[in-house]
Amino acid sequence: MKFDLSEKQAMMKKLFREFAINEVEPIAAEIDEEERFPEETVKKMAEIGMMGIPFESKYGGSDGDTLSYILAVEELSKVCGTTGVILSAHTSLGCNPIYTYGSEEQKQKYLIPLASGEKLGAFGLTEPNAGTDAATQQTVAIDEGDFYRINGTKIFITNGGYASTYIVFAMTDKSKGNRGISCFIIDKDMEGFSIGKTESKLGIKGSSTTELIFKDIMVPKENLLGPVGKGFRIAMETLDGGRIGIAAQALGIAQGSLDQAVKYVKERKQFGRPISAFQNTQFTIADLQTKVDAARLLVYRAAYMKDKKYNFATEAAMAKLFASEVAMEVTTKSIQLHGGYGYTRDYPVERMFRDAKITEIYEGTSEVQKMVIASSVLR
Amino acid sequence: MNILVLLKQVPDTTEMKVDKETGTLIREGVPTITNPDDLAGLEMALRLKEKTGAKVTCITMGPPQAKNMLRELFAMGADDGVLISDRAFAGADTWATSNTLAAYIKQIQYDLIIAGRQAIDGDTAQVGPQTAEKLGIPQITYVDDVILFNENKIVVKKALENTYEVLECTLPCVITTLSTIAKPRYMHVRGISHSFEKDIKTVGLSDLNIDPTIIGLKGSPTKVKKTFIKEVHQNLDVLHLDGKASARKVAEILLDMNFIGK
Repeated sequence: MKFDLSEKQAMMKKLFREFAINEVEPIAAEIDEEERFPEETVKKMAEIGMMGIPFESKYGGSDGDTLSYILAVEELSKVCGTTGVILSAHTSLGCNPIYTYGSEEQKQKYLIPLASGEKLGAFGLTEPNAGTDAATQQTVAIDEGDFYRINGTKIFITNGGYASTYIVFAMTDKSKGNRGISCFIIDKDMEGFSIGKTESKLGIKGSSTTELIFKDIMVPKENLLGPVGKGFRIAMETLDGGRIGIAAQALGIAQGSLDQAVKYVKERKQFGRPISAFQNTQFTIADLQTKVDAARLLVYRAAYMKDKKYNFATEAAMAKLFASEVAMEVTTKSIQLHGGYGYTRDYPVERMFRDAKITEIYEGTSEVQKMVIASSVLR
Repeated sequence: MNILVLLKQVPDTTEMKVDKETGTLIREGVPTITNPDDLAGLEMALRLKEKTGAKVTCITMGPPQAKNMLRELFAMGADDGVLISDRAFAGADTWATSNTLAAYIKQIQYDLIIAGRQAIDGDTAQVGPQTAEKLGIPQITYVDDVILFNENKIVVKKALENTYEVLECTLPCVITTLSTIAKPRYMHVRGISHSFEKDIKTVGLSDLNIDPTIIGLKGSPTKVKKTFIKEVHQNLDVLHLDGKASARKVAEILLDMNFIGK
């Protein structure tokens, strides 16, 4: 059993770290404060091949693996949770379904611009009345010969306002329940497509979370992704992969927040000593770093298993469940270690604490992860 | 056209610590980086490649670990990498280093050689110029911009203390670059993926036609007798003055010490 990154992965990590420190960290507080989507960062990530890390270069990707992509999300999230999720949603939810289920024509037309970073991707499953119970889709696609006529609304769509290509789920046969859901590639330029409400959120404030409205969109049949009626399966399998990305985001936020706390406790003096000299501080830091490392091992294992093409759904759920809970604990205690300063916006732990919470919710809540894990363990 | 870039892997001096007892640098555990002036030189070379289609070959002399640096340079866009490495070359000063570099370069085709002005570990700024001398070709040091580059000549901006010179030179020649010449690009993710598929040419003593007495530690005229930290003495004068008077006083002191001119 090996725990080392390969030389290639180590070089990737070095690049992502440099990029995060130089390009992402300096604007992290600003995009949070202004709730501004960092388009300039997305452009810079595209220039260096970060928008399609695990895909083949013939599809505009960078010929890397899942673990390398996970390292990118982790390094970005250490300094900015917003930038981490932009990359994760784009790669895992926007690109990956086309890469996995798309026809050669669909890959040529849609994956190449996405993986090369020319365009941004998003994923639309959740509806106002279909959250965890994703099977109660109310978005409907009616077969009209060469086209499907799609009507409905999606909510909480990450990258919603800035994406060009959307992976969207709709009922093609209501009588069949889960088996009546199909998956479509929708272009933002299609007639009848519009962006609805943009959410105002607790954290990851620079990310664009919007409603998508479909009003009589005529989607050509060639934009059906995978077979008719296989949409639910595509959604679930896509989310299995997406969870590793969110787990990596949680891991990054946790480590980033702990790094800030470590720096602070060495500088901050009380009673004539740096507060790192007190055993309470030392024990807290020791506990937190141990938990973050445990999370990291779970996250990397899930990525490794995906790369090896093993079944990884349970391990991805474990990684996300654990890493997101660790992120909440570490960010909470990082603020505590900062005392009053940690509660202010002068220190980044305040933002990291707000950013951490969503990792327990999106791409399957912690409760959903437990359902996935339990169903595997109790099988 | 062929552009050769000479680069060196150096300890990251911003991470350097000094042994308080012996006064020597603690090199263990210090990360290595590509020397900044050299990296800027590579960036310039890559920009010239984009304009002219020239081929960029990176050459470094160092231990086998320097291969990692060459892979990073591939990931930035360098076409070829050469590692000049042999126990016999170890411990070389600038003279022995430039002997070795020149012996290799004489064997290959080139139109332009770019070297960083100086390395952050030794700060000598000698290897580039010495290599030019030993190859018998012209050199321009302290280059801050390349204005024109074609098959016949290069036109550059050379930085002087307070001004610039624009110089034209026939090819082949050596230029040494300042870190300000061009901001090095990031590696490309795809470049990293492919950098491990590329071959790094390794050159040892037996590959060179060179007198073994002019290389390595034994061939180096420079002998380091002692490394130590200079003791700094400071005289502190405390003056209590208002704003205007303090500004005047500071200006007087700086003028006295020739930091500013009248």
